[in-house]
Amino acid sequence: MEPLDQELDEAELEMPTEPMLLNVGPAHPAMHGTVRCVMELSGEIIEHVDVQVGYLHRGFEKMCERGTWTQVFPYVDRCNYVSPMLNNVAFALACEKMLGVTVPERCQWYRIILGELARMSDHLTCDGAMAMELGAFTPFLWMIKAREMIWDLLEEETGARLTHSFGRVGGMASPPTDNLKDNARAVTQHILSVVDEVEKLLLGNRIFLDRLEGIGVISQADAISLGWTGPCLRATGVAYDVRKASPYLKYGELDFEVPVGTTGDCFDRFMVRLAEMRQSARIIEQACQRMADKGPVNIDDPRIILPPKEEVYNTIEGTIQHFKIVMEGLKLPAGEVYAYTEGGNGELGFYLVSDGSGTPYRVRIRPPCFLITAGLERIITGAMMADVVPSFGSLNMIGGECDR
Amino acid sequence: MSKALIELIQRDFGSAVLESHSLHGDDTVVVELRAWKEVARFLRDSPQVSMDMLTDLTAVDFPEREPRFEIVAHFYSLTRGHRLRLKTRTGDSEGDEAEVESLCEFWASANWLERECFDLFGVVFKNHPDLRRILLYPEFEGHPLRKDYPADKIQPLIAYRDIPNIDKVAPFGVDEGMAFGRQTHAQARHDTDDSRVN
Repeated sequence: MEPLDQELDEAELEMPTEPMLLNVGPAHPAMHGTVRCVMELSGEIIEHVDVQVGYLHRGFEKMCERGTWTQVFPYVDRCNYVSPMLNNVAFALACEKMLGVTVPERCQWYRIILGELARMSDHLTCDGAMAMELGAFTPFLWMIKAREMIWDLLEEETGARLTHSFGRVGGMASPPTDNLKDNARAVTQHILSVVDEVEKLLLGNRIFLDRLEGIGVISQADAISLGWTGPCLRATGVAYDVRKASPYLKYGELDFEVPVGTTGDCFDRFMVRLAEMRQSARIIEQACQRMADKGPVNIDDPRIILPPKEEVYNTIEGTIQHFKIVMEGLKLPAGEVYAYTEGGNGELGFYLVSDGSGTPYRVRIRPPCFLITAGLERIITGAMMADVVPSFGSLNMIGGECDR
Repeated sequence: MSKALIELIQRDFGSAVLESHSLHGDDTVVVELRAWKEVARFLRDSPQVSMDMLTDLTAVDFPEREPRFEIVAHFYSLTRGHRLRLKTRTGDSEGDEAEVESLCEFWASANWLERECFDLFGVVFKNHPDLRRILLYPEFEGHPLRKDYPADKIQPLIAYRDIPNIDKVAPFGVDEGMAFGRQTHAQARHDTDDSRVN
């Protein structure tokens, strides 16, 4: 049979059109529920786009100024609700930098293990959702099932699946469980097999590749100028990873690579995340080997760490110490600090200003997502309407962190 | 290395540098408002500095000081691997006339960061291409991260937006909807009554 459009002359068909305004989101599922794009379309081409964020703004930074430093932890949980452990650790590190203390080695390894598990859950969510939005539902279910295993592990460690509030200034809320290493190994093993399976399923899929390759391209210079960090920047070929560039915790002693892409398109961002999960598995294995089974987790400083419950109930010193930390809050020295770590989406910074009282004067979170979402306009202008979904999905916009 | 960075700025902008320190290892330079843009240009263009990334820009409100707002920018150089915090001060004690030059022409990231700063602090960035509120809605009253903005303040109900050329109109009037069940304070009811009169 002849193709139907064989006889058609393109010029004859051209009809006078005027740009159409199309409003996508904020309630559109592909916009992850919190971003609105007002697009000016010419046919299917996006001529202009106005990306509007803020639908999930909850006044995070204002709320932080009302309690004590320790009371900020539940808020940072709710900033990145896919990898809250990374936020917990980042905020704890910022406060510790201000206090000038370092947590014991065992705690550093513990933080690395939990943090890398959280990073895996972040990447699993992003890559899984990306595949689902392009019609591949199976990888999504596999990856979410694997993520559920991570959350089970974190629940066993922290008591909460998602909003752990587990970090503390000077340590962690509780020491690691006895099964941590076995569980972490089992989970990473399962995730690695899921990653392999997903690769097999998707990377031979013509539809999937066509929708990602060459779509949502950003140049290195643009990405740097936009302040992109994390997998999105590394997909353009810049090997910037805070864990390598300015190692914190024990990352300097670990053997891992920083995967980079070449073209900076959606496909590279997808692949960088897959590769990073493999690296995270390597990190977790090394950390499991090197973490001691016994030893202190919290620093030994009664001004910072709450005393054990037996002391609180049985000694007057313990009661007073507990009372002072809970009621007055930690006294961070007056001054300012900017501490940065590698979050799931890039450089996660905390700029803290303290006036020496127990209440934070200013807590500024430097959210990687906010600046990455700022680049959405650049990568979808001139693209087809259908490319918005993979482009936006590959940025891994986390509403809580972007809008705070 | 890091000390040298501060010295470089002091050498070229000696009179404009108000103070500098390296508290907790973070190199910080506070410059006068008039030199803000020039110092930023220098940070980006000087080969010894080459700050190619503006990682963060925000403000801190000190209501008891005379230039009330501190504008804080964090830079990172991917090529050289060093960081710098640059600060300046602006605004009178009422929070008015808080103006500072925009850095949008140097770093694209400044666009949204400055919009956020304008939104939450009310600091105006001169020559910004698109200075609108970003996290809050246009009708929001006040700037919530200022210290004199009460955290439990309730915003008035906003009227139905009168946008031309939209055929679909919501089936409720000005005084219906949008309450979100939280506008229960007597004050908020009072505000609502006012807006009905208008």
